[in-house]
Amino acid sequence: MQLGSVPTRSAALVLQLTGGFSVAYSSARRPAAVVGALLLAVALAACGSSDSQTAPDATGEASGGFPVQVVTGAVGSDSTITIEQKPDAIISLSPSATETLFAIGAGDQVIAVDDQSSYPAEAPRTNLSGYQPNVEAILNYSPDLVVTATPDDTTISGLSKAGVPTLVLPAVSDFDGVYNEIERLGAATGHVESSNELVSDMRARIDQAVSAAPQAVGVTYFHELDPSLYTVTSESFIGQVYGLFGLVNIADAAPSGGGYPQLSEEFVVEANPDVIFLADAAFGGASPEEVAQRPGWSQITAVELNQIFVLDPDISSRWGPRVVDFVENIGADVSQLSLVAA
Amino acid sequence: MTSSPTTRSASSAEPVAAPAPVPGRRRQVVRWVSALGVLAASLLIGAFVGPAGLSPKDILLELAGSLPFVDVQSSLTAQQQAIFWQIRLPRVVLGAIVGATLAVSGAAYQGVFRNPLADPYLLGVSAGAGLGATIAITQGGSIGHFGVPIFAFVGGIVAVGATYALGATVGGGQSSTVIVLAGVAVAAFFSAAQTFVQQWFDDSLQAVYSWLLGRLSTNGWTDIRVILPYVLVSWVVLFLYRRILDVLAVGDVETASLGIDPARVRLIVVLTATLGTTAVVAVSGLIGFVGIIIPHAVRLVFGASHRILLPLSMAFGAAFLVLTDAAARTLVAPAELPIGVVTAFLGAPFFLFVLRRGRVIS
Repeated sequence: MQLGSVPTRSAALVLQLTGGFSVAYSSARRPAAVVGALLLAVALAACGSSDSQTAPDATGEASGGFPVQVVTGAVGSDSTITIEQKPDAIISLSPSATETLFAIGAGDQVIAVDDQSSYPAEAPRTNLSGYQPNVEAILNYSPDLVVTATPDDTTISGLSKAGVPTLVLPAVSDFDGVYNEIERLGAATGHVESSNELVSDMRARIDQAVSAAPQAVGVTYFHELDPSLYTVTSESFIGQVYGLFGLVNIADAAPSGGGYPQLSEEFVVEANPDVIFLADAAFGGASPEEVAQRPGWSQITAVELNQIFVLDPDISSRWGPRVVDFVENIGADVSQLSLVAA
Repeated sequence: MTSSPTTRSASSAEPVAAPAPVPGRRRQVVRWVSALGVLAASLLIGAFVGPAGLSPKDILLELAGSLPFVDVQSSLTAQQQAIFWQIRLPRVVLGAIVGATLAVSGAAYQGVFRNPLADPYLLGVSAGAGLGATIAITQGGSIGHFGVPIFAFVGGIVAVGATYALGATVGGGQSSTVIVLAGVAVAAFFSAAQTFVQQWFDDSLQAVYSWLLGRLSTNGWTDIRVILPYVLVSWVVLFLYRRILDVLAVGDVETASLGIDPARVRLIVVLTATLGTTAVVAVSGLIGFVGIIIPHAVRLVFGASHRILLPLSMAFGAAFLVLTDAAARTLVAPAELPIGVVTAFLGAPFFLFVLRRGRVIS
């Protein structure tokens, strides 16, 4: 019944759009899904689960707590779904959720994941689409829980008519959102403890990565989402990761509704970033060599000092447990900078 | 459709074979001075404005210094010089070429089909080029990088070929209405195919959207060198045919009576206009509207004879696109707006204004 409240809830959330995790643009892998997710994601700033324990409405301990009520939708949503018993036929239509499910030990309960869920390798990848979900194709697998990043009302109500609850875990806009969604997945799958452990492990590793790297205060960077110069601002999740290391984003001057503006080329050259991160290198989009050869770009400090780093598009566009890898990679890149503390 | 304002005014234009009457000479001078003045002014504005704060004085000094035998120095740093010469100026020049080509092709399409709505969109050229470009982009790798212009060109030619063949089969090559209807059908088919390819390869959705919305290239002078041969051919041929287009405006029977084969003229003009359009569309993406509003604005203000319509459309089309691109890179600086958005956003009110003024004048 709670599902009935989803549509109205979604509409309210859309109005609060403040920017989600990464990638409307980057996620080379599944941009469209995330574009959709972005629309609903958000509003996290208001509610980012200051105390991680409160996120899921976990009523029981360990695996014995079913039936359980779990918040569905963006962080802070008041819609919940009820999961009657520990699910053992989960379908994940979200690559981020897939990574989390396997990281918290719920991997054996997963029967199918969508076509973009490329990690981990043992995930049962199918041709199901999270971007354009097909209710009948999903029901064909007889799932008892569907996890998706796209709050698509048609799909959700279709599944609920068949008695299948849908847990919506849209793109998040900060670290607390990542932790919150991991804990909700833990509650929904009967892995509360391991999800809590994963979160505290992630927090520790991030602290460690940040304190190990030299503070790059004042060093400017440009994060390229695609060759037409879409980028992120500090307000976006990706921007927050760079902020941990003191890096300064050149795009912050750009007006943008969601933290993903498209920059003018002459502005990028004039802003003269010290470092360039390429999130679009994977699909023939860009390479450090190609960037260096762009007309006028040879004057940019990052090009002169060869400080152009290629990012793994999956790691930098998903809000799962590998966010930590993203932080550590940036930390490693920052350690190589010749400008640090200059 | 045949009783459209364009057709009426076109057929009431002076008989084509005869040279322009002398009393028009002064008006003609005014026309050319105003067109070239507007073009020069917009090129300067295009060169002056942008998110990088380069002063107009320095830019003038830079431009003057590049002339032979002029020895002046601007105070631009090496970086600012790179911004001006390798990023901003090529963009202004590309904008002028794209705008001129879209406008002159639009005017040619409208003349040849005797239809005021004919433009690359209506004839399926844009949809075909869109499909070609989408296929190239979704293939990624080196095809996605270098193949976009070629694929777009092939797609555009195939689409206009289909339109023409359909129109010729069904309407016997006589009726321009049939050709336009065939164009609508072809455009719908190619758009559907384009959407399908785009959804199927959803990992390159962003790149495809970016292209569809239109953006003047970030490729320095390379794109200009790539498209210039096609564009020049297209300009020259359309120029040579501008008088015959006036004949065609009177009617197919009249044209044939002068010993000119209307079907052949139509074929050559359509192919040429398509060559120019797809060449620019390949590097700029789908920039709508220019091919319709510029020729119509010129007709309303300066008259409908193709002898003046084609060159003036080029000048004003170039000026219009240079100015809208200047707006695209400054309105939300340092972010950018897609130029296709700006052309429609500024172009629609501007066109309504011209439409109103034009009716008052006539």
